[in-house]
Amino acid sequence: MVACRAIGILSRFSAFRILRSRGYICRNFTGSSALLTRTHINYGVKGDVAVVRINSPNSKVNTLSKELHSEFSEVMNEIWASDQIRSAVLISSKPGCFIAGADINMLAACKTLQEVTQLSQEAQRIVEKLEKSTKPIVAAINGSCLGGGLEVAISCQYRIATKDRKTVLGTPEVLLGALPGAGGTQRLPKMVGVPAALDMMLTGRSIRADRAKKMGLVDQLVEPLGPGLKPPEERTIEYLEEVAITFAKGLADKKISPKRDKGLVETYAMTIPFVRQQVYKKVEEKVRKQTKGLYPAPLKIIDVVKTGIEQGSDAGYLCESQKFGELVMTKESKALMGLYHGQVLCKKNKFGAPQKDVKHLAILGAGLMGAGIAQVSVDKGLKTILKDATLTALDRGQQQVFKGLNDKVKKKALTSFERDSIFSNLTGQLDYQGFEKADMVIEAVFEDLSLKHRVLKEVEAVIPDHCIFASNTSALPISEIAAVSKRPEKVIGMHYFSPVDKMQLLEIITTEKTSKDTSASAVAVGLKQGKVIIVVKDGPGFYTTRCLAPMMSEVIRILQEGVDPKKLDSLTTSFGFPVGAATLVDEVGVDVAKHVAEDLGKVFGERFGGGNPELLTQMVSKGFLGRKSGKGFYIYQEGVKRKDLNSDMDSILASLKLPPKSEVSSDEDIQFRLVTRFVNEAVMCLQEGILATPAEGDIGAVFGLGFPPCLGGPFRFVDLYGAQKIVDRLKKYEAAYGKQFTPCQLLADHANSPNKKFYQ
Amino acid sequence: MTILTYPFKNLPTASKWALRFSIRPLSCSSQLRAAPAVQTKTKKTLAKPNIRNVVVVDGVRTPFLLSGTSYKDLMPHDLARAALTGLLHRTSVPKEVVDYIIFGTVIQEVKTSNVAREAALGAGFSDKTPAHTVTMACISANQAMTTGVGLIASGQCDVIVAGGVELMSDVPIRHSRKMRKLMLDLNKAKSMGQRLSLISKFRFNFLAPELPAVSEFSTSETMGHSADRLAAAFAVSRLEQDEYALRSHSLAKKAQDEGLLSDVVPFKVPVTKDNGIRPSSLEQMAKLKPAFIKPYGTVTAANSSFLTDGASAMLIMAEEKALAMGYKPKAYLRDFMYVSQDPKDQLLLGPTYATPKVLEKAGLTMNDIDAFEFHEAFSGQILANFKAMDSDWFAENYMGRKTKVGLPPLEKFNNWGGSLSLGHPFGATGCRLVMAAANRLRKEGGQYGLVAACAAGGQGHAMIVEAYPK
Repeated sequence: MVACRAIGILSRFSAFRILRSRGYICRNFTGSSALLTRTHINYGVKGDVAVVRINSPNSKVNTLSKELHSEFSEVMNEIWASDQIRSAVLISSKPGCFIAGADINMLAACKTLQEVTQLSQEAQRIVEKLEKSTKPIVAAINGSCLGGGLEVAISCQYRIATKDRKTVLGTPEVLLGALPGAGGTQRLPKMVGVPAALDMMLTGRSIRADRAKKMGLVDQLVEPLGPGLKPPEERTIEYLEEVAITFAKGLADKKISPKRDKGLVETYAMTIPFVRQQVYKKVEEKVRKQTKGLYPAPLKIIDVVKTGIEQGSDAGYLCESQKFGELVMTKESKALMGLYHGQVLCKKNKFGAPQKDVKHLAILGAGLMGAGIAQVSVDKGLKTILKDATLTALDRGQQQVFKGLNDKVKKKALTSFERDSIFSNLTGQLDYQGFEKADMVIEAVFEDLSLKHRVLKEVEAVIPDHCIFASNTSALPISEIAAVSKRPEKVIGMHYFSPVDKMQLLEIITTEKTSKDTSASAVAVGLKQGKVIIVVKDGPGFYTTRCLAPMMSEVIRILQEGVDPKKLDSLTTSFGFPVGAATLVDEVGVDVAKHVAEDLGKVFGERFGGGNPELLTQMVSKGFLGRKSGKGFYIYQEGVKRKDLNSDMDSILASLKLPPKSEVSSDEDIQFRLVTRFVNEAVMCLQEGILATPAEGDIGAVFGLGFPPCLGGPFRFVDLYGAQKIVDRLKKYEAAYGKQFTPCQLLADHANSPNKKFYQ
Repeated sequence: MTILTYPFKNLPTASKWALRFSIRPLSCSSQLRAAPAVQTKTKKTLAKPNIRNVVVVDGVRTPFLLSGTSYKDLMPHDLARAALTGLLHRTSVPKEVVDYIIFGTVIQEVKTSNVAREAALGAGFSDKTPAHTVTMACISANQAMTTGVGLIASGQCDVIVAGGVELMSDVPIRHSRKMRKLMLDLNKAKSMGQRLSLISKFRFNFLAPELPAVSEFSTSETMGHSADRLAAAFAVSRLEQDEYALRSHSLAKKAQDEGLLSDVVPFKVPVTKDNGIRPSSLEQMAKLKPAFIKPYGTVTAANSSFLTDGASAMLIMAEEKALAMGYKPKAYLRDFMYVSQDPKDQLLLGPTYATPKVLEKAGLTMNDIDAFEFHEAFSGQILANFKAMDSDWFAENYMGRKTKVGLPPLEKFNNWGGSLSLGHPFGATGCRLVMAAANRLRKEGGQYGLVAACAAGGQGHAMIVEAYPK
């Protein structure tokens, strides 16, 4: 499981974890300018309270588009002008979404910095009017209230939110390389205090309603309702509206005060300039350490907040809009937004709905992977059988699932009761009992072809005709596994990444014989498990493992050339990889890396050469298998965070030492030698049709292999950095090392015609 | 027009006035009842071939008191004993003929966890009569009765005493788990050294006591909170709830004044009657703040049942045994049904689910029922159940039924008050409901009574009570 284990670490470095699910949404508006009838907003008056309902047409979510802006201003002006109306309620008609944020396409369409800045200033003006409204406005929040949506909400006089799991508040702009550009950087610190506001804006984390209430981000909570005389979601929105109206009336009658108590820190400590300076300094240090200067947004956010507090609101708003413009125009922001688009794309089932829903799942092998897959499956209500050959392995696997669920209880994401009920979906067993009911079997046994063949035959003897056989492998070609199947159309690859419950990517591999319905089913299961899915063609190493392998080969060569593993790690992380290259090998497991290197080396020959695989062989023979054996390039000890180099490696490295070539051994060259081999292989996968789209390639590289998110993935990187420059680099290294660096045809084509882009 | 006034729809009165009518309505409701009363004569009996008929000879209860009042220094078995001795006096049943005694209770006093046995011994029942205690939240006494019904119907027993008790004036408050663990370990410690090392682990927060859970274990939601959400889900307004609560108190007061609550036996002078009946005014009730969902909820202290101390007991026999002993039974206990549903969003909808099922089982319709006795946990809960029972949409989408079961006519519904006004000792209410139904059928005429109740855990119960021919 090459790719996989490595990436566990990704999540530990998750300051820049890329947006999760709902969030911003990009939609193309069919620019029907609403002249008389409003399409995004309808409003009615109940007594003396105006109820403004937002409902963008043809979409599951509301986004702040130009049309919405203009209709909203229009409606608000009417409300302010009307004598009958004394207060207002702002609510969404959509279940599960208040306002999900600004329309990304509206930002992407901007050509210049000034345009973006202007957009920000317009938005600032609208929310400022809300804030200064003499008629109290209550934001009634049900569902996601993110980015611009939150900025609208916090400019209202009062906020009421449903205590639903779907109700989340947050400022995810930083994850798109931007900042809250509609006054958020100025209002949020005043509302929840500087430390909490910075935390929200710098991490982009989503905050659940009950936490938001504690922070002072919302004033009242409304419990979601169960079934009544209408569907629960519908009635809950209605109820929220009813409650909001009573509060709007109370505010207008001055029976309710919108003022709230601030904490001690806010009232006293933060009024001292020295304390504030210390806070800024501390946060800046932390950000610099985590971003390694690769992400410009966080530092600018701190800057803007600081400006607002130290120099007053006017300066703050101005600074916010300017920095917003600057950030949106950066490569990093474009890369991150591209990833967002890609992720939305990879959350869809392009094969359509499968003929039969998978309800009963069976997993073979209760190892790290098998148990991980079981966990994300039972979590979503799939009845899951976890089968292993031995009781000890099965027990370990079941405990892993339980621990995973229990961790969620500790984080209060689940109640202990829900945990128990979810866990009851899991059946652990040693035999094939119940497989006759399985709709899908996922095997996660050891990576050995003959073992997989044996398992496949055993399983096919007991499963029903419609049952799909999916293989979780990181490198064995699926068609070879399917070769012994009686029904190869039902065989497919599902390559999960470890730890399965943390890693979002799922790589699905189809062979020529895999039927469309089988693919549809596999994607449907993956989506149910909450995965971001890329579908690739079968081939040695598929896409992810295949891209990683040449880079790993280069890692070995660089180490052979005498670069210290610590130095190599810092070079790779400072390029934006979440995990250093040497650490990655340790995490993946040296034996696994060796296995893959040998397998793929045989198939691809010289192109995958570079480092001497003998290094890995010697490490394996000495028992240096990486983290799992306690020793690899580093020494790992339970409970010890600090990693020391494994001094026993010195003799191995010395025995295989290569003379470094000075012309290609600068720090930057080392970084580029790694990255260009990765990128070249990725482009070759597209060229050979392993990959269907560049977007999937980018998503796979970033979400599965930890390719620097700030570069947006290998294809986005080529587009933004320039194909010519990459080819030049490759050629320089080719001159030094030979064929391994020969640019592939497609990359050469892009270099030759500068208009060619992977993303038009 | 509020749901309360539904039966009076054709009267040319504004809704509020209609409500006032509904409070003292015997004059007008007797007309309405006239028609079904005639029908009852032609109704079949629900006796089943080859199954023994089970009858209620009589039943009694102690006065139900607000907890923390006159019963506050008692233990649960004291109250249960009072109900049992009351039953002995009322029925003069020879103690030795009682085959078995079953009691329901919810919050258990740990010293008397089989409270049925402790109470029976103290009440002078034969020490040869076995007794056990059941628990099923607010339908514990119902479970005690139906357990007895099962024992008789299957021929295991002929004479059963079923009852229930709850003493909310005193509840077991425990040490925290950590403290308990420390104390238990100390017990086992052998040497002084071990003891000292254990004592050194003591922290002051160990002393924080643990109260009996008032919230649903599976959802951590208190019942009042769930009732408030339920009321909101069915769009039951605060006014409707207050109106219903006022009705309950007014009817209970009337029944008490007219001496209709004949199942009450004095505990000891001066405790001779229920003390929670307090008819107030809508204006007074409107002033109360919500008790659970603050500050905008609709469930208040005035429209919820209150914490109550009380006990009940009932003498159940096989029909032939009762007749052989010369008794004139009050009613038959007929078909019954337990249901359960989502403990989060449908916690208190038991009656809605149980009613159509038990009617179907008995081959009856809503029109056949002459006396409804539903447990009133909260006004909002009763009114939400009404709306659910009256909704085809709800029946189709949540109960898997084609049509609604229909609304119980209010003039036949809890005419002598209910749990909101009389009180609700969790373990004892079931017997009160059955006795109210039986006594009402005798007093008002009519053949069938329907008893229904909701309970924590999202469970529910319904039973048909058939009047014993006079």
